[in-house]
Formats: sequence, structure tokens, C-alpha cells
Amino acid sequence: MNKNKQSGFLANHSQLLIPLIAIVILVIFNLFRDPSFFSVSLASNNNGEPVLQGNLISILNGASELVILAMGMTLVTAASGGQDISVGALAAIAGSVFVKVLKGGPSISAFTVLLAVICCCIVAMIFGSFNGVLVSVFGIQPMIATLILFTCGRSIAYWINGGATPTVESPIINAIGSFIPGIPVPTPILIVILTGILFSVLFRLTTLRLYIQSVGINQRAARLNGINHVGIKLLAFMILGACCAIAGVIGVSRLSLINHETLLINIEMDAILAVAIGGNNLGGGKFRMIGSVLGAYAIQMLTITLYAMKVPSTDVKAYKAIVIIILVVMGSPVVKEAFDRYLKKFREKRETLAGKEAA
Amino acid sequence: MKKLIALLLTGCMVASIAGCAAAPAAPAAPAAEPAAEEEAAPAEEAAAAEGLIKVGVVNNPPSESGYREANVNDFINVFTADNGYDAKFFYSIKNDEQLSAARQFITDGIDYLLISAAETTGWDAVLKDAQDAGISVFLFDRMIDCDPELFEAAVVSDMAQEGETAVNWLLSLDLPEYNVIHIQGAMGSDAQLGRTGALDAQFESGKMNKVVQQTATWDEAEAKKIVESVINSKEPFNVIYAENDGMAKGAVAALDEAGITHGVDKDVVVMGFDCNKWALRELLAGNWNYDGQCSPFQAQVISDMIQTLESGGTIEGLNDAKQIISVEKGFDAREITEEDIATYGLGE
Repeated sequence: MNKNKQSGFLANHSQLLIPLIAIVILVIFNLFRDPSFFSVSLASNNNGEPVLQGNLISILNGASELVILAMGMTLVTAASGGQDISVGALAAIAGSVFVKVLKGGPSISAFTVLLAVICCCIVAMIFGSFNGVLVSVFGIQPMIATLILFTCGRSIAYWINGGATPTVESPIINAIGSFIPGIPVPTPILIVILTGILFSVLFRLTTLRLYIQSVGINQRAARLNGINHVGIKLLAFMILGACCAIAGVIGVSRLSLINHETLLINIEMDAILAVAIGGNNLGGGKFRMIGSVLGAYAIQMLTITLYAMKVPSTDVKAYKAIVIIILVVMGSPVVKEAFDRYLKKFREKRETLAGKEAA
Repeated sequence: MKKLIALLLTGCMVASIAGCAAAPAAPAAPAAEPAAEEEAAPAEEAAAAEGLIKVGVVNNPPSESGYREANVNDFINVFTADNGYDAKFFYSIKNDEQLSAARQFITDGIDYLLISAAETTGWDAVLKDAQDAGISVFLFDRMIDCDPELFEAAVVSDMAQEGETAVNWLLSLDLPEYNVIHIQGAMGSDAQLGRTGALDAQFESGKMNKVVQQTATWDEAEAKKIVESVINSKEPFNVIYAENDGMAKGAVAALDEAGITHGVDKDVVVMGFDCNKWALRELLAGNWNYDGQCSPFQAQVISDMIQTLESGGTIEGLNDAKQIISVEKGFDAREITEEDIATYGLGE
């Protein structure tokens, strides 16, 4: 009875095994290298406010945009069976709109910041729905459909502000990007937690999860059951658009400046990778958002580890690639099956041994 | 109904793109097709008074970077009718488009052709055509792989010199020890190679100690992460050498969060490059120590050379490769003035 339950737990969560193993290996490796690697200390910043410090905080903080994008990417992947490669460009557009609205007002107040966030969310969702319409209504492959925005997105971001690196200095922006005075936890971490709660509430209260999965598994079957697959895909892309807006706002607020060419550059690949490491099927269908989140943290932890190891700049990408190859192969169905078979054999052997002993 | 919504949304999208496209049309108006240039040409010729020097400028588009934006504006401001020029401009990031535009300029019968090429190769035929048509060619910002006989002169930056200037300034501080965090640009780019070279020489000679040398590929946020990881490792450092302003800003953000002071007479020396206006203001406020210039202002030098040729003189001061190296400054936070920011600062 007990054993059954255990294997049930394993079966339910085996998807999370790969990102968890990756994180555990990185943690052990780092502790071995430097026992104080994950120590967190309370220091005060240049404004004299208490802030938490340490590699752990750097990882959690630095991964914020990636985690939020990975959450949205999971939904798009599940619903459409493809990936959106325009998230970085879309985040740059959203960030530009954010800056544009802030610079339009006479001064930056809580109200104008709120207005700017709402504006950039709306714009990003419109662009997201553009991707969504191409995919759901016209049936274009997601990667091709989003290639359009991937190519032109950063130019659009440039047009919005017209300058190379506009800056917006304000205590409120600083509070969004780094620390709210008095709270020692970096604000981006809080925003990630908030977004996570929002998604879990959404899944609890609505049938969104079920609908997305059924559209992803079999579109025709879903339609025959009365699920509007066009609407569901569109919705997934719009949610991802909103995620891009949040990521863009965090990215801009971190340094109070937007560089439309480098803001969250190449993050689309990391976001897709996070979804893959999280054990989600890139062909759509069932998904576990927590897997993608863990995958995103694993990627960030890998980056920080490489920085801490002082890997030469020219070699960073190669090292990253090696680790990723290992992770992806470990998560492949072939290896998984072989592992399951081995586990089964091992268990049978033990049972027969135990039976013999009892006899 | 739903289809209607979908249609409406696409409509919105198209409208927003169109809106965006319309907005920058004013500053970037010269970015027209070569065909359009041709149509406009006869009218312009009629309108242009006798005696104006006809100049064709082939450049990269201002959206490329803050540097390019300043570069484009510099040429627009110098080659004006008031200064005695009838100038036509063409912008593209694609070499073949640039080539056809240059050919069009030659057919239009310009006197001088000014080129900042997207790629270094493929220009020989066009430059020969220009020579046959008696058109003098000047290169600016970027060199072209060709026989130096085909152009009059090239006005370019020496990225290695920028690095030298910065490192010499750093040495002049005479710090008791140099523990340097070196944040590099995109690996292999001209700016990265030039700005890294001088510092690498110091690391090798042992005069400076390399705490970390890592690329942030011009990404501000990545630069912040790199500095954070050094702070977390508790290794001592007292210099941050970032290969552009954005990455220096990222590095400073990490220092601020960790409660480490930076700037004039503080714990950490902060160095950046490119001279954006906002970066120079940080210098003026004493938050940073140094900013190296990469001069986008080549128009005046070229204009002077054209005037020399027009008055029958010969161009002097060229090096063996027929280049004139732009004079590039490094700004020290202790000496910078508001005037410097207005003159040399890029952007707003």
C-alpha cells in the first residue's frame, strides 16, 4: 500500500525530477567549491536601507524576468504546440511604452507609474494577440508567426522612444527594480511570487488549465467537445503578452534605463529552454508550470555559477551548452524509459530476494 | 462576433505599427528609397543655387545605436545649404542597398561620395565607377577593403587608442593596487577588441590584478549580475572597467545595492565608454570617474578636406593607410564641465 503510494508520487512528479536534479547537482557542486556560496547576509545599501545579499538572492532576483516569461511560454507551448520566439522583442516594446508614458507626464508619481504599467500591458497584449491570431486563425506555425515580431520588434521599440538609451530616474522606478525601502527582499522576487499566485488562482478558479491541455492534446477532439480552440490559443498568447509586459517593466526598472537593443536579449531561447528542462512536452498538451519555473531557476543558477567560477568570457556559452545537452538528454523519453525499466528490474530483484529471505 | 474581434485586433496592430512608423518619419526623413531620390533630384537641382557642392552620403540607419544617431545628425548638421552643400543621404544596414544607392548617386552626378559601409567588401567596382566619373570618395567611421588609390581619405576611430587613453588615465591615478573588474562588450566586435587590448596588456605585465574578466555582450542587466557575483564572492576590488556606459550603469547598480561607494574619492573607480549625456552627468555628479569618447563627429573633418580640394589644395596629415584618426577624449569626473556635456554628449 505504502509502496504503491510512493510510486504514484514518483509517477506524478517524475516530470519535475530533471530540473530538481539539475538544481541539486548545481547546489552540491557550488557548496563543494565554496561552502559559503549560498550564505545570505543582511547589509545596508547606499541609501542606508537594509537589504539581503548573497548568491542565493542574486539567483532568485536575476531569474525574475526569465521565470515570468517561462510561465507564459508554458501556456503558449501547451496550447499551440509551438514556441513564441518574440518574447524578448515584445518585452523591449513593452519597456519602451513604459518609458514613453513616464516621460510624457510632467513628473513621475505612483499614478503615472500605474498608468504606464497598464498602458504597456495593453500594448503587449495587443501584440500578443497579433501573434495569437496568426497562429490560431491562420494556422501558421508559432515559430514562423512570431518570427515576424522577433525580427521587427526591437525596431518598433526604437521608434517608440526615438533615442538610443532613454533614462527615467525616480524613487518609484527604483523601488520596482531593486528594493522597496524597508523591505530587504528585492522587489522582482516579490513580483514573481505575486505572478505565481495569480496563475495558481487562475487555474483553481477557472477551467483554463483543462481547456489549454485539451486543445494542446487534440484540437479536433477539443472542438467536438465544445471548446473554442481559436479563443484558447489567442488567450494563451495574450497572457504571454502580459508576462512580457511585466518582464519588460522589471528590466527597465532595474537600471532606470531602456536599451531597446539589449533589454532581455536572447531571453526567448532561455525561456523555451526552461520549459523544456521543466519536462514539458514542446509539442503541446499536458503541462506543469512549476517545472518551467524550476527550469528557469536552474538556468540562472548555472549562469551565476559560471560567473563565480570565472570561466573566460569566450568559453561561457560552450560550458552552458555542455550542461544543457546533459540535462536535455537526461530528460529525453529514451533515457527515461531505460531508467524506468532499470528501476522496475531492481525492485523485482529486491522483492524476490526479500521473498527468499522470508522463506 | 469572435472573428470580428480578431479582425479588429489585427486592425489595431496594423494601426499601431503605422502610427509608430509615422512618428519617426520627421527626424529620419532622409531614409528614402534610391528611386525616390532620383525623382526628387531634378527638382532639387533646379532649386539649388549654382555653386553648391553636391555630396552623396551613404550611411547606416540612425536606429542602429546612439553612436549612429549622433553620427547621422552630425552629417545632416554640417552638410547644409548654408555651408554650401547640396547633400543627399541614404541609410541602410544592408550592403547591397548601400551599393545601389551609391551607384544612383554617381549617376545623379554628385561631386563627392561619403561612405560608411555596412560591410568591408564588395565596393571595388562602385569606387572605380566613381573614380572614372571624377568623383572623390571619402570613407568615414568604417574602412573598406580596397585599393587605397580608390578613395581620398578615411576618417575613422582607433578603438585600441581609446583603450590606451583610458588605461593611461587609470595608471595616472597611481592607486596603491589595481584590482579590476573588467566587463567586456560583445566578443569580437571592434569596440570590444580595442578596449580590451590595452587592459589585457596591464594584466599580463602584472601591474594590474584581474579580479574578473567577463562579457556582458553590451547588456546592462548582465553586467550587474557579473558584479553581484564578485561582491558575493567577497573578493576585494577597486576598479570597474566597463566597455560601454550601459554596462557601467549596471555595475554601479550592483554597487549601490551592496552599499559600496563609488566615484571621485570613493572606494571604487568606475569607468565607462561612449559619452552618453546621462553618463557624463554621472561624471559631473562625481558618481563615476571616467568616460572614454568614441567620436561620431567626422563630418567637419571631411567638410574641411572637401574645401581644401575645392580650393585646389592637397589633403595633408594622412597616415600610410590614408586615414585620419579622430581625436578622442577621455573625460575625468574631476574636470568635466556642463559645456563638455553639451558639446560631446550623445543622446539627450
